[in-house]
Amino acid sequence: MTDAPTISISQATNEALDEALAADPNVFLLGEDIADGQGGGVFKTTKGLSTKYGVERVRATPITEQAIVGAAVGAAITGMRPVAEIMFMNFLTVCMDQIVNHAAKLRFMSGGKTSVPLTIRCCTGAGFGFGGQHSDMLEAWFAHVPGMKVVTASNPADAKGLLLSAIEDDDPTLVIENIAMYGVQGPALAPGTKVPLGKASIRRKGADVTVIAYGRALLNVEAVAAALAEEGIDVEVVDLRTIAPFDEETVLASVAKTNRAVIVHEAVKSFGAGAEISSRIHEELFGQLKRPVQRVGSKYSPVPFSPPLEQAFLYNQDEIRSAVRAALA
Amino acid sequence: MGSAEVSTLRNDVSLDTLMEIFRRTMLINKTDERFRALLTSGKLRLVYYPVRGQEVVSAAMMTALRPDDYLVTTYRGVHDQLAKGVPLKELWAEFTGKVTGTCKGKGGPMHITDPSTGVMVTTGIVGSGLPIGNGLALSSLLKGDGRVTVVCFGDGASNIGAFHEALNLASIWKLPVIFCCQNNTYAEHTPYAEGTSAKHIVDRALGYSMNGVRVDGNDPVAMYRAAKDSVDRARRGEGPTLLEAMTYRMLGHTFGADFSYVPKAVQQAGIDHDPVPRFKKLLLDSGVAPEALADIESAIERDLDEAVEFALASSYPEIIELRRDVLKEEIAA
Repeated sequence: MTDAPTISISQATNEALDEALAADPNVFLLGEDIADGQGGGVFKTTKGLSTKYGVERVRATPITEQAIVGAAVGAAITGMRPVAEIMFMNFLTVCMDQIVNHAAKLRFMSGGKTSVPLTIRCCTGAGFGFGGQHSDMLEAWFAHVPGMKVVTASNPADAKGLLLSAIEDDDPTLVIENIAMYGVQGPALAPGTKVPLGKASIRRKGADVTVIAYGRALLNVEAVAAALAEEGIDVEVVDLRTIAPFDEETVLASVAKTNRAVIVHEAVKSFGAGAEISSRIHEELFGQLKRPVQRVGSKYSPVPFSPPLEQAFLYNQDEIRSAVRAALA
Repeated sequence: MGSAEVSTLRNDVSLDTLMEIFRRTMLINKTDERFRALLTSGKLRLVYYPVRGQEVVSAAMMTALRPDDYLVTTYRGVHDQLAKGVPLKELWAEFTGKVTGTCKGKGGPMHITDPSTGVMVTTGIVGSGLPIGNGLALSSLLKGDGRVTVVCFGDGASNIGAFHEALNLASIWKLPVIFCCQNNTYAEHTPYAEGTSAKHIVDRALGYSMNGVRVDGNDPVAMYRAAKDSVDRARRGEGPTLLEAMTYRMLGHTFGADFSYVPKAVQQAGIDHDPVPRFKKLLLDSGVAPEALADIESAIERDLDEAVEFALASSYPEIIELRRDVLKEEIAA
C-alpha cells in the first residue's frame, strides 16, 4: 500500500463509479445535476462520466427524490444495478417511503422472488455552515430497518472499495459520504480489489483500549490515538466501515483483548448507532469489561448555523481523549 | 396530447378478445365472491379489500398487455393480479399466509409479487407504485426489451406527491408506462369531489404534457380500446399515458367495514350499473350462447374449489423464514 499513488476520496469515488459503469452494462447512475451538462455533480464526484458513458446511463434528474429512488427501485427489481445520488442526506427524508417500505422490504415481502440491488449515495456533515437541514448524520435510522445495508468510508481506498462492493451487492446499500472528507488524501486502492461489506478494519493495533468509529470520526480518533501513544497509552482503532450489518466479530474480538471500549460517531449521541454497538459489547463481554463502554457523539440539538454553536455541537478530540481516559480509569 | 373521451360503443373489438376479457372478469368476480363467503363463514380471517364493481377495468386493461409486460398494483389489487395471470392456487395460498403462496406467505394480500406473470410489486402505500413503475419502464427503455409497464391505483392516489413526481419524470423521459387510475369515486371514505381539486383525474395529464384518456372503465369495449391504444402508443416509444377509468367500488373500503358514508342513491346507482350483468347482456346480445358463459363460470368455480382446498391444506412457513430473504444471505441465528 505504501507505494500506491495518493488520491482523494472524491477521486476514489469517481473511479469506483467509472469502473462499475465500465464493468457492467446494468449499472447506471441517476441523480440531480450529476451529468456534465449540469457540472458533473455538486461535489464533482460524477464529473466526466456522462461524457464517457452517455446521458442515458448517467442520467440527470429533476429535483424529485421520490421519483429518483422509486425509479431506481423499479429498475433494480428487473436486475439492473442503479446508483442513485441523493445530494444531501437530509433529502432522504423526502424519499423514506421508497427506501424503507420498498427498497428494504421487497426481497422479504416477495419471499425472495425479487431483490433490490440498489446503491444510494448521499453526502452530509456538520461544520460547513449549512445549518439544520443539510448536515445531519442519520445512519441509525437506516441501520434500524431490516434489509438495508449502510456503509461509510474514512479513507480513499475504502471509499472506492466499499462503493464497488455496494454496487455489486444484491441488497440495497446506503453509502454515506462526508463533505469534510472529499478532499482527504490517501493511498489508492490496489487495482482489481474491493473492500467487502460487513468487515471492519483495524486501523491501529493497540493493547490498552479499543476505540470504535466510522467515517469522518476516524480522522479525529487516529489523531487522538497518536497523541495518547506519546503518553504511553496504547489505543486500538477499529474502523467499522459497514455500520449495518456491523462486524461484531472484529469488534468483540478487539474488546475481548483490551477489556475497554469507546465508540465515537458524528451523529447525535442519543439513540445513535453507538448505543447498539455498546449494548452488544455489554451483552457479550460484561463480565470482563474493566469499565462501562464510553460513547462520544454530537450534542442533542439540530445542527446550528452560527459557527461557534456549530463547533460546540460537534464532538471533538478533547471529548474523545476524555472518554478514553474514562475507559482506562 | 391532451385529454380525450373514448366513446363507449365503438364495437371494433373482436369477439375472441371480448370473451377473454369476460373470462378474466368472471375469474375476478367469483374469486372476490368466494373470499367474502369464506370471511363471512369464519373460515378465513384477513383484512380483505373487495373489488366488486371493478372487475371489467382490470380484465380489459390486462388483456391489452403481453404476458411479459410489467404490472405494479396496490392493496386493492386482487382483480389486477388475477387479470394479469397470477396462478389461482398460489394467490389463495398467499392470502392465507401459507408457504405455498406466491411469496411463501411472507408478503400477504397487500404484497402479492409474481414476476413470472409480470406482477412485480404490490404496495400497501397509496401512490408509491407510480415511481416504481417508472423504474420498470426505464429498465425496458435501457434494455430495449419492448415491455410496457402498467401501474394501477385509485383516485385517492392522485392527491399524493408520489403521483405528481412520477408523472413529471415519466413525461420528460418518455417512459413506456401507463398510469391506470381506477377512479372508483371514493378515496377510502372520502367522496371524490371533497378530496380532489381537479374536475377529472385526467385533467392532471395536461400539467405534465402527457397523453390523457378518460373512459368508462366498466364498459369492456371502451376500456379495452383505451387500454390497447395506450399500450400500443407506449410500445411505439411515444411515451406515457394517464388513463382514467371510471368505475365504482360496490362495497366498503375493507370487507365488513361501514359503508353508510355512501348515500343510498349512489349505492343504488352502482347496483343499477353493475358492470358484470351489463357485460353478460352485451355478449348475449352479440349472439353468444348462454351456455358458453355458464361454462366459463363453472370452470372458474371448479378452479376456485381446488385453489381454496390447496390453500387451506397447505402449511404455514417455518419460523426460520424470519431469517431468510431479509438480506440475500440468511441471517445468523
